[in-house]
Amino acid sequence: MRIRRAAAVGAVAALALTTAACGSSDDGDAAQDSGPRTITIAYQKTSAFHQLDDLLQKVKPEFEKANPDVTVKLAPIEAEADQYYTKLALMNGSKDTAPDVIYEDTFQVMSDAAAGYLLPIDDYTAKWDDWSQFEDAAKNAGLGVDGKTYGVSMGTDTRGIFYNKDLFKKAGLPTDWQPTTWQEIIDAAQTIKDKLPDVTPMNIYAGKAGSEQTTMQGLEMLYYGSRDGADLYNTDQKKWVTGDQGMTDSLDFYKTVYDGGLAPSLDQALDANIGTKVFSELLPQGKLAIDIDGSWMPGGWISGENAWPEWEKTLGFAKMPTKDGSGDGFTSMSGGWLLSVGAQTKSPQTAFDFVAMATNKDSSLEYDTTNSQIAVRKDVAEDPKYLSYNPSFEFFSSLVPYTHFRPATPDYSQISSVIQTEVEAVASGQKSPEDAAKSYDEGLQKIVGKNNTVAAG
Amino acid sequence: MSTQTLAPGTDGGRDTTSRPRSGGLRALTRSVPLVPAILLLAVFLLGPILWSLYGSMTNTALTGYRAADPQFVGLDNYTSLFADADFWASVWITVVFTLASAVVGQNVLGMGLAVLQRMAPKALGSAIGALVVVAWVMPEIVAAFALYAFFSTDGTLNSVLGVVGLGDTTWLITVPLLAVILANVWRGTAFSMLVYRAALSEVPTEIEEAAQIDGANRRQTFFRVTLPMIRRSISTNLMLTTLQTLAVFTIIWVMTGGGPGTKSSTLPVLAYQEAFKYSQVGYGTAIATVTILVGAVFSIVYIKVLKPEVD
Repeated sequence: MRIRRAAAVGAVAALALTTAACGSSDDGDAAQDSGPRTITIAYQKTSAFHQLDDLLQKVKPEFEKANPDVTVKLAPIEAEADQYYTKLALMNGSKDTAPDVIYEDTFQVMSDAAAGYLLPIDDYTAKWDDWSQFEDAAKNAGLGVDGKTYGVSMGTDTRGIFYNKDLFKKAGLPTDWQPTTWQEIIDAAQTIKDKLPDVTPMNIYAGKAGSEQTTMQGLEMLYYGSRDGADLYNTDQKKWVTGDQGMTDSLDFYKTVYDGGLAPSLDQALDANIGTKVFSELLPQGKLAIDIDGSWMPGGWISGENAWPEWEKTLGFAKMPTKDGSGDGFTSMSGGWLLSVGAQTKSPQTAFDFVAMATNKDSSLEYDTTNSQIAVRKDVAEDPKYLSYNPSFEFFSSLVPYTHFRPATPDYSQISSVIQTEVEAVASGQKSPEDAAKSYDEGLQKIVGKNNTVAAG
Repeated sequence: MSTQTLAPGTDGGRDTTSRPRSGGLRALTRSVPLVPAILLLAVFLLGPILWSLYGSMTNTALTGYRAADPQFVGLDNYTSLFADADFWASVWITVVFTLASAVVGQNVLGMGLAVLQRMAPKALGSAIGALVVVAWVMPEIVAAFALYAFFSTDGTLNSVLGVVGLGDTTWLITVPLLAVILANVWRGTAFSMLVYRAALSEVPTEIEEAAQIDGANRRQTFFRVTLPMIRRSISTNLMLTTLQTLAVFTIIWVMTGGGPGTKSSTLPVLAYQEAFKYSQVGYGTAIATVTILVGAVFSIVYIKVLKPEVD
């Protein structure tokens, strides 16, 4: 009898606890910008990307010294991009786990601001002297659909072609290579394949698991040069473009490269770690001849655990050509990351102060140099230390006139996922480029609705 | 919980002999001790199912406007789900995966091992048992990484095959479904083996001996006497392994991520993709709800066909 009662009481108590736990998150909503307080910084860290962690480790003690009541809790999320976004969204889903400061990819800003995860910071930037140092393009990168500012830019980037000059020489290709059409890239890769069978001729990201790198360093580098004025989103009509031959052509490039054995084997290409592998293994070990990738790559080779001092001598840089050399002749994509303040923060001023310190001149200088970013602060861009730090800066800055930005809409991140799926389907031979382009149109219409699409013309 | 609620039933029965009460009230009093268990079941099992049913009728997203302000969309998610070729492909993959790895693989292999264990010398039987159980004891994520390391292109399997010059098959790319099926068989067989070993040891040896005296050979004894006697264990085991396999996510996610393309995307993997990669939480929940229904159908079929309650 006693056991039974105890069990019943236990069960009821357990129930009571559960219900209590479900309802117990509403207390003290008032902003708390004085007294002892803790702010949590959520950001990404991988074996190839440690520069931000290095920077924040330095800013933390400095900030705590300047604000003795504040404890800064660094919460690095050790995950590749895809899982990083998911983890962030889940953290933001609950008041108890939502971070105060968020390292935010520019393409996620509109979407996360619309979701109510980010805090508009216009009131704070208005009182911040440094704000005038930021380029307009960088300020725009942090805008939400409502025109409010949701983040402070840490730097931007461009994308181009890296090629291994040693391998090119061995294969009898010019070491001052600059392709002017897509076909010339394929031809060069074919030559490498014929002459150097042990080397992977070229890499263009194709895996779903690679997330945004597949969309941006991959498909968009092709698509935005596939025809004059190619754009996923028609800004004038505010509609998404369907039935674009340029999309089919871009996917066809993938088919040629992956079917023709010019790309990494599928087990490598579709792995979530392909980006890290290219950066820390394939390029430095001379196993990859051509790589379409981002301007931040050399940052990790200059110093740190993946240091590769010979990169400067070994690698050449080339602009990404448009399909047949028409239009501007070349193309590039630009993105970048921001520091944002979480909407659920209890100490918005403190959180913003931290963002301000992490993006002040010294911090930006350190981040833009070590992570090889294109500076968005005027004072950093003019700093001789910045200009002389990395010999690839000159090349990647020269891509700015050719560059494109991703469509700034809250749907973009979902549409980007559809692109990745279709690219993987083509690269793995599951779909023909035509079918994949058609599935893209269907996926697009499912997300934005048929009324919000327009046929390419 | 459930073991403690069994006791009051007998207790209450004794009660009624001394003080007869009206039937309805008696049944009510008798079920009172079940209330905590029922409540817990309702909160932790029925609750999530109802919640997922509701969630599947909204357009909740992980980010964007619909994260802040999801709307009730009725059966829209199901309509577009049933019109989606990827979904049907995924259903087919799930059925193949479940039939091959649970119904055939784990069950038959588990039964085989259990029978062999009974016939083998005791030391050998225990040794085999221990080896098989290791796969079951391992946490799923560890098992998944071990299997990834086994099947990956520069993994153990290819190193071994390399000795005879066959070392460059990309298992996870060329035959992803076969790889995850084998992986799930490896991991789950121990469970079936344990269930069947226990069941077989309950079969009285006299009956088998009697069958043999009547002239039945070993095969006949096994199929006509032993198997029917452990029918209930088979039914229970089939049901459990099927439901477990329907829910398998970690192994597939770690080994192939559902790929290449969608060649090994079972329903749980598809649900995860839709919910967390495409941010369509409502749509992903609809897929999860369908998975629950598929599991329920399997359970009903087993219960009807194998009639575990009838002797």
